This record gives sequence, C-alpha cells and structure tokens, in this order.
Amino acid sequence: MNSLTETKRNPTDWQGPAMQKRIARRYAAERRFKALGMAAVMLSAGFLAFLLVVMVGNGFRGFTQTELPVDIDFPAVTGGASASQFEGPNANANLQSMGLREIVDSSIEIQYGPDGTELFSPGGWTAVSAMILNDPDIVEQKTTIYLPVISDIDVAYKDAGNPEAEEKVRELGDRFSTGFNWNFLSHSDATDPMQVGIWGAFKGSLITMVVTLLLAFPVGVLAALYLEEYAPKNRLTDLIEVSINNLAAVPSIIFGLLGLAVFLNFFGMPRSGALVGGLTLALMTMPVIVISGRNAVKSVPPSIREAALGIGASPLQVVFHHVLPLALPGILTGTIIGMARALGETAPLLMIGMRAFIATPPNGITDPATVLPVQIFLWSDEVDRGFVEKTSAAIIVLLLFLLTMNALAIYLRNRFETRW
Amino acid sequence: MTSATLLFLVIGLGLVAWFFGRLKASGMQASGETSRSALHSLPNYHGWYVALWAIVPAAIFMTIWNFVSPALITDAALTSAAAAGLPQDSFSRAAILSEARAIAYGNQTNAFNPLSQSMVEPYREAIAYYQMIGTVAALLMVFACGVYAWLQIKPDLRARTKIERVTMLILLLASLIAIITTVGIFLSLVFESARFFSMVSPIDFLFGTEWNPKAVAGPRGETGFGAIPLFWGTVFIGAIIAMIVAIPLGLMSAIYLTQYAPAKFRAWMKPILEVLAGVPTVVYGYFAALTVAPALRDFAVSIGIAGASSESALAAGVVMGIMIIPFVSSMADDSIAAVPSAMRDGSLAMGATHSETIKKVLIPAALPGVVGGVLLAVSRAIGETMIVVMAAGLAANMTANPFSSVTTVTTQIVQLLTGDQEFDSPKTLAAFALGLVLFIVTLLLNLIALRVVKKYREAYE
Amino acid sequence: MNDDLTMQEASESANMTDSAPTDMASEASTPKMTARNVNVFYGDKQAINDVSIDVNMDNVTAFIGPSGCGKSTFLRCMNRMNDTIPIARVTGDIQLDGDDIYAPKMDVVQLRARVGMVFQKPNPFPKSIYDNIAYGPRIHGLATGKEELDNIVESSLQRAGLWGEVKDRLHDSGTALSGGQQQRLCIARAIAVDPEVILMDEPCSALDPIATAKIEELIHELRGKYAIVIVTHNMQQAARVSQKTAFFHLGTLVEYGETTDIFTNPREEKTRDYITGRYG
Repeated sequence: MNSLTETKRNPTDWQGPAMQKRIARRYAAERRFKALGMAAVMLSAGFLAFLLVVMVGNGFRGFTQTELPVDIDFPAVTGGASASQFEGPNANANLQSMGLREIVDSSIEIQYGPDGTELFSPGGWTAVSAMILNDPDIVEQKTTIYLPVISDIDVAYKDAGNPEAEEKVRELGDRFSTGFNWNFLSHSDATDPMQVGIWGAFKGSLITMVVTLLLAFPVGVLAALYLEEYAPKNRLTDLIEVSINNLAAVPSIIFGLLGLAVFLNFFGMPRSGALVGGLTLALMTMPVIVISGRNAVKSVPPSIREAALGIGASPLQVVFHHVLPLALPGILTGTIIGMARALGETAPLLMIGMRAFIATPPNGITDPATVLPVQIFLWSDEVDRGFVEKTSAAIIVLLLFLLTMNALAIYLRNRFETRW
Repeated sequence: MTSATLLFLVIGLGLVAWFFGRLKASGMQASGETSRSALHSLPNYHGWYVALWAIVPAAIFMTIWNFVSPALITDAALTSAAAAGLPQDSFSRAAILSEARAIAYGNQTNAFNPLSQSMVEPYREAIAYYQMIGTVAALLMVFACGVYAWLQIKPDLRARTKIERVTMLILLLASLIAIITTVGIFLSLVFESARFFSMVSPIDFLFGTEWNPKAVAGPRGETGFGAIPLFWGTVFIGAIIAMIVAIPLGLMSAIYLTQYAPAKFRAWMKPILEVLAGVPTVVYGYFAALTVAPALRDFAVSIGIAGASSESALAAGVVMGIMIIPFVSSMADDSIAAVPSAMRDGSLAMGATHSETIKKVLIPAALPGVVGGVLLAVSRAIGETMIVVMAAGLAANMTANPFSSVTTVTTQIVQLLTGDQEFDSPKTLAAFALGLVLFIVTLLLNLIALRVVKKYREAYE
Repeated sequence: MNDDLTMQEASESANMTDSAPTDMASEASTPKMTARNVNVFYGDKQAINDVSIDVNMDNVTAFIGPSGCGKSTFLRCMNRMNDTIPIARVTGDIQLDGDDIYAPKMDVVQLRARVGMVFQKPNPFPKSIYDNIAYGPRIHGLATGKEELDNIVESSLQRAGLWGEVKDRLHDSGTALSGGQQQRLCIARAIAVDPEVILMDEPCSALDPIATAKIEELIHELRGKYAIVIVTHNMQQAARVSQKTAFFHLGTLVEYGETTDIFTNPREEKTRDYITGRYG
C-alpha cells in the first residue's frame, strides 16, 4: 500500500566512532542536567540555612545581657528597713517611697566612681525592686546584685561597639558577667534596648489570634460544609466559589485597606486594637479554612453518607453527626496552617494602626496592641545597635512559635489522617 | 446596661428557653397520652426551636437599635437647654458634639472645649434613657417570642425541619461572607479611589512619571501623583528580578525532586523547601535589609557600579525570589506530575536519555501548567509588602540598574497610610487608588492563571 | 519446564513461505533476541519465573495469556523499560545479536533505539506530527540535514501507512489525530529510529475494530523488516498476525511454538484450557 516513494536507509552504525562520541556527549549533558537540578535544590535549602544561621547568630545574644556586680549595703543606705515592710498589701507602696533608684545609684557611684551610673542601663534598678518583692529578706543584709549595663557597652562586650564603649569594656574587663535576659521575655516595648521585651507583642499576638480563630473557624467550616454538601449548582454558588478562590489570592495589604476603610472609618471601631486586627486577619484566613475544609469534607467517602441516609438521618444529621467528625482532623490541619500564616502577617496590621509604641501589654480586644511581626518591624527600624540582636531574638521566638504550630499540623495530619 | 451585657443576658435567657422547650416536649413524650412515635421531632429540637425564637428576634432588634439609637441620642441631647449655646456653623458644632459624646461614653476623660463639657450631661441622660428603652424592648421581645414558641410545642410540631431550615440559612450566610468581603474590598477601594480621582486626574495618575506626594501643594491642581515609577519598580522587583531567581531554582528543584531524587531525599527535601514559604515576610524583609542589601552594595561598589544604594532593587528582588521558590516549585511539581507517564515512557522507549525526555517532552507538555504557576507567583510577588517596605527604599526612580533604589506600589501604600492621617487628603486617598490598581492586576493575573491551569488539567483528563 | 521449546528454528524457516525479502533469509536461522532463565522481581514479589525464549527476525511473535500473567512485564525487560521502575529487578540473560543487554557495557539509550516499543495506549507527544517522528532521529543524530530528516519522516510515515492521511498537515498536533492514527503515528515514530526489533504492548486494546484491522494490516506489512513481538490478550489477533506464539501463565512460559500448532494442537493442558476459554 505504500512502497511508492520509499527510500532505502542504510542501517545505523551504532558502534561507529561518530555515534559513540555523540552518545558520550549526550550522557555528559545528562550528568550536567542532573547536577544542575541538585544544585538548585541545594541552593534553595542553602538560602534557608543561611537565613536561619544569620537570625540565630544575631539573635541568641538577645537572650542574654551583660551585667556588672553592684554591692548594696541595704541596712546602711535604707537606715534599717525591715523585710516585713515589703510583704503583704503595702509592699508596692513602701517600695515606691523608699527611693530605690537613688539607693542603687549611690551604691553604683561608690564602686564605679561618680560617672558610674553611666555604665548601667537606666531602667536596670527596677530589677532590684522585683528582687525585693520576691525575697524581702535581702533588704536586711548586704548583697551583691548583677545589674544590666547600658546598651552600648552590652554591644561592645558581646561583639564590637563604638570606641568609648570598647575602652570601657577593656577597663572593666573581667568584672563583666553574662546573665539570662529575663526582661526580654517578660517586658514590653521600651526605648532602651536593654529593657525591651516581647511579652506585650506576644500577648497582642495571642489575643489577635483568638479573635481571628473565633471568627474565621466557624464561618470557614460552615461555608465549607455548605459548599461541599448542600450548595445547589447555580450562579450564586459559582459566585461564592469564585470569591473564595479570589480572596485566597488577594494581597494581604488589600485586606489592610479594607480594615482601614470599613472597620475603622465606617464602623468606627477602636484603632490599633486586637479586635480590628483579628477581624482583618479572620477575613484573610477564612478562605484558607474553607478551601482546606472542602478538601477534607470531599475526602469523606460517599458510602458513609449513604449509610447514614439509609437509616433515616436527615441531610443535616448526616453532615453534623458523620461527615463533620470524620473531616475534622483535615479541617483542623488547614486551620492551623491558615492561623500560622495570619500569625506571621504584618502588612495589613500596619494599615490599621497596630504599629504604635505599646509599652503596656493589652488586656482586652479593644486596648491598643501590637503583634510579634509588627514588633519585629518596628525594632528593625531602630538605629540603636542594641536593637539588632533583639530583633533577631524576636524573630527566633516567632519562628519557634510557627514551627510548633506547623509541627502540630503535621502531627494531626499523620495521626488522624484516614486513607479511605 | 451596655449592649455586651445585654447580649449575654439574652443568650442566657435563650438557654433557659431551650431548657423549658425541651422539658415540655419530653413531658409529652413521657406522658401516656402520646406515644414516642407521635412526637415528630426529638425534645432537643423543640428546645432549640424555643431558644432560637427567643434569641433571634431580640438580636436583630438589638443590631438595628445600635444603628438607630446614636441619632436619637444626639437629637435628644440637642433639645436640651445646654444645646442652645452651641455655635451655629455645622463644622465646629459637630466637633463639639463628637467630643461630648466621647466623654459621655467614657472613651475620653477631658474636654478641650468647655462647650463640650456642658453637653456631656445632656448626652449622658439621653444615653441612659435610650439604653433603658433598648434593654426593656429587647427583654420583652425575648419573653414574648419565647413564650409564643413554647406554646407552639405540640407533638406534631415539625421542630426538626424548622431548625434544619434555620441551620441551612446559617450555612448559606457563612458562605455569603466571602462574597460580602469581596464586594466590601471592591467597594471600599472604588469609593475612596473615586474621591481621589475627583482631585487628581486618572490620566495623570496612571501615566504620570513623577511621584512625589510630599510636595503636593494645594487642594486643586495637584501634581506629583504620577504612578508610573511605582508600577515600574513593582514590575522590576516582583516580576523581573524575583522571577529570575525563582523560576530557574523552583523549576530545577521540582525537576530534580520529582525525576531524579531518591524517595528518601525527596521526602526530606520537599518539606524543607516548603519552609521557605512559611517564613513570615517580615523576617525576609529584615534578612534583606540587614544582610543581603549591604553585601550587594559592597559588591557593587567593589566592581565600580555607580549609584549603588543600600536599599537596592536587587536585594529586595532576590530575597522575594527566594520566598517564591517553593511556590514555583510546587506548581511545577503538580504540572509535571499531571503529564501522563505514557509520555515519559514513550520518550524513554525511543532511547532518549532522562534529561532529553524532561527537556523535550515533559517540560513542553507541562508548560501551560508551569506558566500558570509563574503567573500566580508573579501575582503574589507584586502584592508582597514587607520585603519591599524594609529593603527596597522610597525613592521613585525609573531605572533599570538593579543596584539602585526603586519603590513599589505596596511600599507607597504603607508609606502614605502610616503616620498621621487626614482622611480627606489626596495623599491618603492615593493609597486606595494604588490599592485598587494592585487589586485589579492581581485579580486578572489570578483569573488568567487559573484558567490556563484548568484548561491544561482538562487536556490530560 | 519447557526446556525443549526453542529448538525449532530449523523447521520454521521452511515454513516461511510468505513475502519475506530474500536478503533477510540468511538471518532467519539465527535468533535476533534470546532470553534464558529470566526472572523478574518487584520488591519481594516474583513477576516472571525462569522464562527462556527466542525471537526471530522474520517472524511476528505473539505473547498471549490471561491478564497479570507477566507477558507485558517480560516485554518491558526486552528493552530495559523496567529500569524506570525502581523496585524492579531482573536476573537471567537476555541477548540482542549475541550481546547481553543487561551487561554493564550495554548502553541502554542505544538499546532502546535498536529495540523500539509501542504502548498499549497511543502516546504521541504533544507536538506536531512532524516533530513526533523527527524526535528520535534528532536525539540520536540520525539525520545530517533538514532534507534527510524530511526523508526519514516521510519514509517512516509511509511505512506506517499514515503518509497519505497526514502529508498535508504534518505540522498539526499529533494529539489531534484519531486513536488509530495516533497509534500508527507511534509505530512510525518507533520506525523512524530504524530499530531492529519492535515490541508492541497490546497496541490495539484501546482502538475500535476498524483501527485495529489497520494496525494488524500494518504489522503484516512490517513483518520481515523488523523482528516484531506483540503482546495481546486477544487470541484471534494473535492467530491473525503472528507466526509464533508464546503462552504465559502466572509468570511462567507455558508453551511456545508455531501459532498454528498452539491454536490447533497445544501440547499443554493449560494452553488448551485457555484457548478454549476455560479461564482468562
């Protein structure tokens, strides 16, 4: 049927030198390509490793502080205060009236000369008051207390600072010691890098996350159930689906603009509060929960629904008694991932004013608050070198927090995931 | 009584209603006159039926009341004797009233204007009066509706059907929130942008080449709102530099992990790469500003490039590219996995090497999916904020020199909206116009990308 | 088990009364591919158990057997396509022209060029018809110029009987063709690299009867130019297109011989049961 124009082909000489050379070249290309792929993977992982090394390298110093010993002869300087004054309900009042700051300053001047107080962090004496409240007996004796030095010297001692600070470090040499910086975990924002802490921002993050979770989780789950189980095929359903897919891809800063225009300016909700922050993040997180929730609901096999319908359960009972419990681990995994993303979000919160200087931790959803990522952003703008390590230390805390959440999600997925 | 306490009270009463409804229904069930089968729904559903009747109308009333009462309160306060001394011009009048209102509600402690102080007392009285009306009305509604529903309970009441209908409505409402949010975003952006464009011509905004909102002079004839430099900076960083980093690395990583890597290596490496997408952007921003940018500037200076800035487009772009790697790689992974293995086998059976198969068969076949993924990645990159805010700088330069500083749409939105805000100044409103442009562009990119990916999936199904 | 099964070449060349070209006749006596004591394992599971078989240049050899009997697995061993499955392991000896194809010095890329394969489902690349055919010659460097490549494409399509149908639309996508045309395109694609053996893995199972008839006719045409091995679950097809038939069952080769013998006078009971439809 075909041999009209068939051309005769010479058999291919596979063993010929030209062909052998060609094959060698092809194999070389193969090896190069494979190496290129390996290099891409390694480079990407290398970036991650580099980022983490830089953050940990800078940040671990943020958890320590450089201290100098101060001998305080309490009986002498207070004129015989008794431990009982600092117990019970009057403790705080008595502490305030005793002039602790002057006591500490004078003790410092005795040991480090008239300019001695310039060595120490201005807020350092508050550590002494905390110590007295904790153990009132020390006011009846002579004690040595380690107080944090000022930021410049701290930086100079840990790494390399400005010339004067370096000079001081050389002078005092072996008198320095390094202690754990408890302030960093228990304090809020401050102007002195030696006194800053992440507790305020951490608490703000927690409150904001609670608001986000309370709003986004129920709405997300209900919407997922509706779309997957009941939604009729019509224009409205299509519109809902398009909206959800679209919202999942809208840049986060747009949600910030929405929060600013609608929640703050239109509804007049309090600025900088965790309420508005939580609302804004909830709108961002909800599509993530809906999408993962739908996948989880979809993976529950129809046989379960049929079995429940078969024994006379109403469609609603089928879903709430059978489908939802089975889909819950999947939904929770998606929720945690969505919440982790919200926890790391910064841009929309800047729009709604959660970038204020917050020196006292918020106590409610309408108090001015800030969150960890915003605190990191604020500190990163500070010129004082002491803030560099604090910023990195805050990043370590944030990353640990996120890591825990993701580990929890992975655990949930592995623990409860059912393969049907 | 504040609205929060009232709400809790209403919910508490609802629980009581639930209990009574359930009690009556189970009483019917237990008594001999009705057999179990005669009760249409379980007692629980009757309980919910009564509870919903008790709570929902009152809650709706409270919501409406919350919107209506401030106007009523203001009217009442204005009829008081103190209001006679208020100035006539509406602007200062409104300022005094809002100050007095804030003090009366306890949001503010001291008045700047003594006239406001005089208005506080009438306000307090009006507030107390209307709050009392609201509370009494709400509680009356709880009782009336609750009792009505309770009386309705009969064995043949289809309580379950009614409850299910309400639940379905709640499910639908939850789904509608997505639409409401989308519409809310769109309307708020359009509304504020319209106000901006009433002061600045859209042509000047979209095609002007000078961006300098600080220098803006008078209320009319504004200049310095030409957004072209911002658009260029956004594209330069997000769509050019970031993609030059992310596409080769993401694509080659995906190829290596899906085609060459041993299963164990892949099982470890894939989640590690995904961590890159989970790192908060503020961390990337700090990394870019603290480590990458100074290194790049030193490098540029050492090879003698003029105009090297410590806030360079390159630093922001490279770090953004790193962030996008897992995004590109997982999209490429999916697309390559969607190519039927028969294609691969067909090529290998012809004597093609593995890399020839990948380059000449798999990648061309997966190309639409990969392109869709890249479009999504671009859309994510141009909407990314923190990296550029922290590393890209504020100078609106139109330059193709990657070592110099450029600014982006998102950077300027943050810049315009932080710090002191007057809500009517074109400076603030410009942020919404930029947001609108960003929203539309990312929306279009996503729609195109999803369509491309969907078409491609269908081709192999 | 079937130790005597392959010692029949002498009688078989006498049976070759068909239109085999005369220059092939001398090769007919020596087998093109030989397999001895081949075992295939997937992890711990043994899929092929001690199979020995010879494939001749001027015959079409059919592998038949119930599904899951290992006939496709064995076919994939013959051009080392099993290498792409990480857990697959092959022992024994398979030779092409006397060279062990699993020897370290055997180049798998060349091997697959010499032993082509056509798959169950037509799998044209999502490229133009021309590029589909030119793919093999290009990667192996078989053509020195555009003109030679054109010639190869044309002659391959001629041989596959597709030239007349596609010559005016060589630059349309290969995936736009009908199922039967796609499969002939895949055969043409295999031919284009000038292979010595063509393995066909149930090439007609995804096709309608008319397209199947065309492929069978094509196999008939190609016979003698290439050593052809076809796996099929369709016994009528085996009877129509092949001269020799091997019957596989549960990973073992039960019987191998002249197709006419297998279908009219099988030696083994299992073969008879399968042929007569007792199981399968």
